[in-house]
Amino acid sequence: MNAPTADAALRDPQAPAHGTDRARRQAEVVAALAPLLPPHALLWQREDTVPYECDGLTAYRALPLVVALPESEAQVSAVLQACHRLQVPVVARGAGTGLSGGAMPHALGVTLSLAKFNKILEVDPVSRTAVVQSGVRNLAISEAAAPHGLYYAPDPSSQIACTIGGNVAENSGGVHCLKYGLTVHNVLQVRGYSVEGEPVVFGSEALDAPGLDLLAAVVGSEGMLAVTTEVTVRLVPKPLLARCIMAGFDDVRKAGDAVAAIIAAGIIPAGLEMMDKPMTAAVEDFVHAGYDLDAAAILLCESDGTPEEVEEEIGRMVAVLQGCGATRIEVSENEAQRLKFWSGRKNAFPASGRISPDYMCMDSTIPRKRLADILIAIQGMETTYGLRCCNVFHAGDGNLHPLILFDANDPDQLHRAELFGADILETSVEMGGTVTGEHGVGVEKLASMCVQFAPAEREQMFGLKRAFDPLGLLNPGKVIPTLQRCAEYGKMHVKKGLLPFPELPRF
Amino acid sequence: MTDPHDPALAELVERVRAAQAAGTLLSIAGQGSKAFHGGPAQGEPLTTTALAGISSYEPTELVVTARSGTPLAELEAALAEKGQCLPFEPPRFGGHGTVGGMVAAGLSGPSRAAVGAVRDHVLGATLLNGRAEVLSFGGQVMKNVAGYDVARLLAGSMGVLGVILEVSLKVLPLQPASATLRFELGEAAALQQLHAWGGQPLPLNASAWWAGMLLVRLRGARAAVDAALARLGGERVDDALATPFWDGLRDQRDEFFVKAEAAVAGGGAALWRLSLPQTAAPVALPGEPLIEWAGGQRWVCTAAPAASVREAATRAGGHATLWRGGDRAAGVFAPLSTPLARVHRELKREFDPAGLFNRGRLYPDF
Repeated sequence: MNAPTADAALRDPQAPAHGTDRARRQAEVVAALAPLLPPHALLWQREDTVPYECDGLTAYRALPLVVALPESEAQVSAVLQACHRLQVPVVARGAGTGLSGGAMPHALGVTLSLAKFNKILEVDPVSRTAVVQSGVRNLAISEAAAPHGLYYAPDPSSQIACTIGGNVAENSGGVHCLKYGLTVHNVLQVRGYSVEGEPVVFGSEALDAPGLDLLAAVVGSEGMLAVTTEVTVRLVPKPLLARCIMAGFDDVRKAGDAVAAIIAAGIIPAGLEMMDKPMTAAVEDFVHAGYDLDAAAILLCESDGTPEEVEEEIGRMVAVLQGCGATRIEVSENEAQRLKFWSGRKNAFPASGRISPDYMCMDSTIPRKRLADILIAIQGMETTYGLRCCNVFHAGDGNLHPLILFDANDPDQLHRAELFGADILETSVEMGGTVTGEHGVGVEKLASMCVQFAPAEREQMFGLKRAFDPLGLLNPGKVIPTLQRCAEYGKMHVKKGLLPFPELPRF
Repeated sequence: MTDPHDPALAELVERVRAAQAAGTLLSIAGQGSKAFHGGPAQGEPLTTTALAGISSYEPTELVVTARSGTPLAELEAALAEKGQCLPFEPPRFGGHGTVGGMVAAGLSGPSRAAVGAVRDHVLGATLLNGRAEVLSFGGQVMKNVAGYDVARLLAGSMGVLGVILEVSLKVLPLQPASATLRFELGEAAALQQLHAWGGQPLPLNASAWWAGMLLVRLRGARAAVDAALARLGGERVDDALATPFWDGLRDQRDEFFVKAEAAVAGGGAALWRLSLPQTAAPVALPGEPLIEWAGGQRWVCTAAPAASVREAATRAGGHATLWRGGDRAAGVFAPLSTPLARVHRELKREFDPAGLFNRGRLYPDF
């Protein structure tokens, strides 16, 4: 009923693989793939496959059976055909920077690295599009477009390393997506291969494509529906000017209210970010941006556009922030200062790495008006689980990144961090939000998906998966939890949608 | 998730359950304003108009949630009261249309190239599938990657996956300033000019070219619009004329569409929508085109055979939709590649196993 495939082992990457069975399967897969790839593009010795055992979510690891690094589309197609014939799971992988374990290998599967698909095929300033292979880094697109005064808008914090193929898989956002949209809003076409190894094109070079909007389904599908080899992205003109306001507040609730007040004033800032006091202290110590260390929360509000536009908007935002009781307001006077304001926010993760052996980054989204509520709830959880937590928010989108600090060498701390994380996610769902805003479900948030979706909803999503991948070979075991897994997790689905009295507080 | 006391919802669920048992085909409709669009309707009408009303609207969240039968006019009035709007300007044929129909048809108006389409603004949806199950996907927040984006997939699905019951949409503040400019330019020169402007940080919001005349609408901050007006040249069109022009274009009742519909009614000609890469060269088809979306959407009223229109669109890198007239039973939308056609059939089977909903509206074979 709930399984896309009859073979339970295929769906559970954590299932123990019996030693001799695994060796036999590995020999079989290597024999099938060896004629299809150059010798250096096929790895199966332990020392060669260990670097692939996890992605950015290092707490979850599995050694892949085989790693394939195809260099051409013909090789991608051939590898997929062979895997399909042998019914071997395939896990596509970009730079491995994902934070939810979406690229975590399958113990009995092939990790398909697209690292060699690293060419920018075309940058067309007239149509304002770029055609790039899926292994091209996010920032490399904007760098290639810069001579034309254009750039690629979605800018996840990992943009220096993450690939566009991975961005498509996760529907990545960034700090500017309230105004400029997510990956799904900035991608025109995805070319790739079906699980059977057939070439497929989602979207088109036009603004829409005939039939169902499969591009919308593929973006954010975490490698579960097809393998992406080439992406056509939309480029946008670089704003003439960008300026940033840094505002400090003595109370998180005032800061949260200021976010709502800016939107209520009819302003869509280019960026609107919040950091709480512990996070501000951690990043200030790292980048020395001059943040207000006395503030309970600071907001970064950016305006971009023509100089006239920016001046008008900065003036309006400053007035709103003052009206909301900001204790300190600073406006960037030049580009260097603007980048300095952002440097702390962009370095929130490494800064957390300096103050704690390990951290777990959460990614839920809540309605903006609940920002202060969730911050206060998280403070309570710090006591409950005996762990510290720093908070950065894409406040304009209501997307939270609480960073739970722990020491992975202490199994109890890891366990408490996982419980802490699940509590944040489920509290977010109760507040009308979602368990993941931009990092994806992967393996990390499978259990929390049981809380967000009812059994029939999860089954319909399995159905969608089956329509693309009837045998469940692409990235099995991720994104949608099985009925059994949810039963074991034992938490209730939080009802949503078509509520009789949606205005009533419920939790 | 459902309100058992909502009789309109209970009736829809009951109708689908009964249709499932009896194998009755259902033709989903709101106010019926887009009945002309897509393949010919089959089966018993299933109307959503009783399931109406805005469920929640919080201007500071930039999100509105409305039931499918809510009239578009009611939704837009509620947004306007708070200084907000549906930035993608969905067409209102004959002044009508519902929220569910807007999403199911997935049609966007003149501003589409600048601000995105319906699909770009769908945040969540509740669906009644072919098993009579009420399912919610997405949500009411801007960023959400939990599970597959089924809600966005419903935009433009022509009702073949199920009955849209409720939708959450991202809305935006109304822009403070707007102005329209007119230029006398030929087709190729107009397109070239639009692409040159498109690469610059200008508040371009909509464009239309027809019969040697290019109209451009600027929208944004007062300062940005004023600066662009000073730079772009052309002749300023008074708002009293410009507003009805853009509304007429949006709702397809301006001169081009009136004439096209008359030609279609007269027999022989059909109105086609060509969706092309914006930079595609002028298409050599008989009949003067109307060009929107900086070249992305081109309307042609022609007697040319369907095959040659489709071929011209494909050659230009896009696709053609039979809009009004012609042989609709032969297929309205451009045919799909073999693997995508298979995914479509399988999706249909997974959402609507008995094939109850809107058979033939999207493609003749399902």
